[in-house]
Amino acid sequence: MVRYIANKFFYMLVSLFILISATFFLMKAIPGDPFTSEKKVPPAILANLYEQYGLDKPVYQQYLKYLGDVVQGDFGISMKKINQDVSDIIGQTFSASLKLGVVAIVVAVIVGVLLGMLAALYHRKLIDNVAMVLAVLGIAVPSFVVASLLQFIFASKLHWLPTMGFKGPMYYILPVAALTAQPIAFIARLTRSSMLEVLHADYIKTAKAKGLNWFAILFRHVIRNGIMPVVTYLGPMTANIVTGSVVIEQIFGIGGIGKQFVEAIGVRDYPVIMGITIFYGILLMLARFLTDIAYIFVDPRIKLSKGKEG
Amino acid sequence: MDNNPIQVMQTPVDLKPEDFRKIGTDEKQAEVIQRESISAWRDAWYRLRSNKLAMTALGVLLLIVIASLVGPLISQWVHGYNYYSNDLMNTNQKPSALHWFGTDDLGRDVWVRTWMGARISLIVGLAAACIDLLIGVIYGGIMGYFGGRVDEIMNKFSEIIYSIPYLLVTILLLVVMEPSLGTIILALTITGWINMSWIVRGEIMQLKSREFVLASRSMGAGSGRLLFRHLLPNAVGPIIVTVTLSVPNAIFAEAFLSFLGLGVQAPIASLGSMINDALTGWLYYPWRMLFPAAVISLTMLAFNIFGDGLRDALDPKLKK
Repeated sequence: MVRYIANKFFYMLVSLFILISATFFLMKAIPGDPFTSEKKVPPAILANLYEQYGLDKPVYQQYLKYLGDVVQGDFGISMKKINQDVSDIIGQTFSASLKLGVVAIVVAVIVGVLLGMLAALYHRKLIDNVAMVLAVLGIAVPSFVVASLLQFIFASKLHWLPTMGFKGPMYYILPVAALTAQPIAFIARLTRSSMLEVLHADYIKTAKAKGLNWFAILFRHVIRNGIMPVVTYLGPMTANIVTGSVVIEQIFGIGGIGKQFVEAIGVRDYPVIMGITIFYGILLMLARFLTDIAYIFVDPRIKLSKGKEG
Repeated sequence: MDNNPIQVMQTPVDLKPEDFRKIGTDEKQAEVIQRESISAWRDAWYRLRSNKLAMTALGVLLLIVIASLVGPLISQWVHGYNYYSNDLMNTNQKPSALHWFGTDDLGRDVWVRTWMGARISLIVGLAAACIDLLIGVIYGGIMGYFGGRVDEIMNKFSEIIYSIPYLLVTILLLVVMEPSLGTIILALTITGWINMSWIVRGEIMQLKSREFVLASRSMGAGSGRLLFRHLLPNAVGPIIVTVTLSVPNAIFAEAFLSFLGLGVQAPIASLGSMINDALTGWLYYPWRMLFPAAVISLTMLAFNIFGDGLRDALDPKLKK
């Protein structure tokens, strides 16, 4: 098992390294540099600026320096916001995004699993049909459409909830609902199909036959086995929620990383784009890594000798 | 006639005793196939046709495609304005007889733009899916067919690429390359083909140990012939399903990029960029957002439902 984890960790580092390198060289591939578009600058000042930002050195030295800085959590200095460290920008805005993201993940898992369970237990009944229609809609309707609709109905027309901002519990409801629509739909479908499979398994029949009480069967056998696929989905779901929050923060005016990201892309603030890309990359790859590890603990049947299969 | 057992069974066809004849116990006769044989594709088509939901989705898709082709033309004929006209006296108008979906902040007709946008979104989705298909089939086919070392290395490579969040890569590429229809499609396919290659790999691995492959190989078929004449045609079902389901993903990704200002650039509009443009005044001019949003949601919904139906029809074993 240690080997399995070490293996996964190694590949995570390789992916991360590729992402950082790709980010760096893509940014270097852009013709011109941050100072070419400004009004005519005297060559001496330009040279000073280059020195200040380390642009006078050969590319490979800049690359090595950038790698070293990133390892230490330093993403350089913003080019548009004078003298602002990218890592400071990330640090200041991360807490809002983190709160939103964590709440969204928790809500998505709880609601999704409950919905899927109900659908499976009342298979082919009204609840099942309603849940599955919701699930199909949730998967197909893009999150920004959901967000705009929710904002229009509940904030603008009914005035039940605040339209924008992020100041208290009430401000969470709409963004979280918009952000979780798709993951909930996906989890509900996963849970439903795996629970249906489990409900028809022989060991459930055995448990029933020996007279085990229905709640014990449900909690000891059905749910434990039924939510297994949900665990595998946690990694992709985190990615979904993190990238989704970029748009949702924009719509609901939440000052998180996503909003910084959109702004940086808008003004082409390359160090900030690079920094946030890499930050997101680390976050998402870590989530995937943790999911892989969690899966071994949840499912004792998992084959650890990957690479030999098929 | 009243005692005719056929009548009792109430078959819709009116059968008479004369219709029956003894064919005896001639062995040759017993082996003759009496009914027309149904190919796997016809069979799948029958199954698909009986799936009302999937057929509705197919109908909706066809309607959207047709509307995206002729929608702008209709306005040209009926009202005499097109994609490039703007009516600056009538900006942000509500839907009316003249402007069926209203107008936007530059007085452009939302009906025309919605269908032109749908055209662009569909082009992006279909083109991305086709490129994914091409790369995925070749890469996955090689992985699955050769197996062993080749498979291990190629699979590791695709796993590493796949583990990099694809929207980040796409965003990066589009920040560097100027967004245009071509670069957007390219950026979407940069990691999109991996899923397809895994599907193909899995199918080929299953198929290559089957008897008909052995038979073909023993008759001297080479790798190319085996792969393209025998293995891939038998894996077409899952491939088609994956393509169908990857179209809405690409359409969504393009819409997402539009939100970041990295989608197709003005004056071209996609459904995503229209929604993004409409977002600023959306609480006051909801029609600017609602129509493109409805079309994009319907398109994605229809593709998803049709894809599911296609999967059930092509692989009945999967259906419970």
